[in-house]
Amino acid sequence: MPERTAVIASRVGLHARPAGIFVAAVGALPLEITIARAGEPADEAMDASSILSIMSLGASNGDTVVLRAEGEGADEALDSLVKILETDLDAQ
Amino acid sequence: MQKTSRSSQSNESGKADLPSAGLRTAASGTDQSKPASTFSGFGVNPGRIVGPIMLMPPMVHEPAKDEQRVEGTSSEEATAALQNAAKAVQASLRARSVEASGAGREVLEATALMAIDPMLINSAAKLIGEGASAERAIWDAAASVAKMLHGLGGLMAERSTDVLDVRGRIVAELRGVAAPGIPFSDSPYILVAEDLAPADTATLDPSKVLALVTSSGGPQSHTVIIARALGLPAVVAAAGVNALTDGTVVFVDGGAGTVLVNPGIEEENLAKAWIANRANLALFDGTGRLKDGHLVPLLSNVGGASDAVAAAAAGAQGVGLLRTEFCFLDRDTEPTLAEQVQAYRGVFDAFPGKKVVVRTLDAGADKPLPFLTDASEPNPALGVRGYRTHITSPGVLERQLDAIHQASEGTEAQVWVMAPMIATAEEARHFAELCCGAGLTTPGVMVEVPSAALTAESILKHVDFVSLGTNDLTQYAMAADRQLGPLAALNTPWQPAVLRLIQLTVAGARAEGNDKPVGVCGEAAADPALAVVLVGLGVSSLSMTARALSAVAAILASVTLVEAQHLAELALSAPTATDARRLVRDNLPLLNSLGL
Repeated sequence: MPERTAVIASRVGLHARPAGIFVAAVGALPLEITIARAGEPADEAMDASSILSIMSLGASNGDTVVLRAEGEGADEALDSLVKILETDLDAQ
Repeated sequence: MQKTSRSSQSNESGKADLPSAGLRTAASGTDQSKPASTFSGFGVNPGRIVGPIMLMPPMVHEPAKDEQRVEGTSSEEATAALQNAAKAVQASLRARSVEASGAGREVLEATALMAIDPMLINSAAKLIGEGASAERAIWDAAASVAKMLHGLGGLMAERSTDVLDVRGRIVAELRGVAAPGIPFSDSPYILVAEDLAPADTATLDPSKVLALVTSSGGPQSHTVIIARALGLPAVVAAAGVNALTDGTVVFVDGGAGTVLVNPGIEEENLAKAWIANRANLALFDGTGRLKDGHLVPLLSNVGGASDAVAAAAAGAQGVGLLRTEFCFLDRDTEPTLAEQVQAYRGVFDAFPGKKVVVRTLDAGADKPLPFLTDASEPNPALGVRGYRTHITSPGVLERQLDAIHQASEGTEAQVWVMAPMIATAEEARHFAELCCGAGLTTPGVMVEVPSAALTAESILKHVDFVSLGTNDLTQYAMAADRQLGPLAALNTPWQPAVLRLIQLTVAGARAEGNDKPVGVCGEAAADPALAVVLVGLGVSSLSMTARALSAVAAILASVTLVEAQHLAELALSAPTATDARRLVRDNLPLLNSLGL
């Protein structure tokens, strides 16, 4: 299964605002995407389309997360999501 | 909702066909074509208005603990109903977010996403599968999500209230009742609510709301602050008034504290006279003084640069209270030094050559901040709040003082600083040292804890001024939570005990011997009659919402210092708060002729 790691760039971590932007991007993709903290087993990964799941990860600035997806276009989709996570959304 | 009524003729159903025995009808003894009934509460902001009411929908109540799916409804049907309700809530929040801007917009967008969140809906669907009703299922599912977020602390804890807000909206949608919050209307109306919260200010449109009436909430509640800031006539603690129905026409008298249902020609004329008078009330000329020329500087309470600009335009002689919370609220982290400097400078720049009293961060109790205060305290009003957060989160205050000092450099404002919730001379000394360390030369403290009023002389040995915060001073002197409607009668600064504490503070300042100023920056200063009493007690300056300046100035100009001192004596020796207020008002006939 294609996967990518991303380092959270937002100053306050994956909190309401940045998490909202990320979830909106996930929701626009026709794929099932999961998110987990680096080092956690893949079967404990969270649904990346759930803002509450994302927030419950409690990922802070500088933490590494793993995104996974399967299906057509998964690689491109994951690349675009990594880009979002690695941007400081609070600075905008 | 408070069911008991102190009104002379309570009208629980709000129907117009009840027997007529209202105050006015009974007093005039004439037959009215329409029955009148009166609700009595506390007038907290003057003004006379006739208009139709709209009720603020009540808080969504919790479904019964064991509420099950109705017989004949499958779990699939219940889950589908829940999903539809969630989608409807998402759509309405999205629609609201489009009208909002900036950070508010993004928060609303994030909240809209929460409404249809798969984690939330799936865990509710599981509970529905186990037999729960859709309402109960979403209630419990959201509660556990909120608890989980709250447990994460800091950043996420604050968002737990958004989950609970979404839950209330979904349950209201499932029940087919109005969503909680300020009602929306195209035409102007009088807002009737149980009480208003600080958050309601953001959604209250002052061009649509004519007046505020609450059935609960005391004279010190947030409704009062909102009413004064927006210049809306307001009556609080008018028990039973929320049993009226939408569209009922009422006459609100924010001076007398009454709400009359089905007003007649007489009230129409009073309302017209008020509107004309309000326009005629001379603008404040920028110098507060009594009839004999005794000067009483009138300053303004502000919560940011735009407030400050408006206050300067209204003639305020400075800022008596800069609430710095504006810089911190709705934040998950402490604002940076640069952000703070910029925010404070905006206020200083509005008052070149004038005094600006900056109150350091007053978090806690009704103003929680996730990174400073502990929401689980059993008694937040008696907890770690105001200056006391310095004990649990050292450093924040020092950085704020640095920011205030940096902001003051290069401006022409005279910058004074004061700490809230000071209880002892020792705390005052420590605060003065911190100010000195930051290069700030005029430290002071708030007097809002009775112990500070009683030890004002010792406190003033360490600081250059004190400012009385009458809202909290009243709540602590009377041991009465300022948010509670049933305690409204206790919670007024007209209480002779509160006036006595103010008198003792002035006496302490005189005993200290250096003629250090004693100001008032609580809501009491905005009540023109009470302002006269405060000056009579020896208070040197008054700070209030800018909208109250002209009314207070007009009434002060109608009395001499000797007269004010006499009225202060009358109020101090009155047996009750009601008597104190009545005695003073009876001696200030200008109040009634101005409709104040």
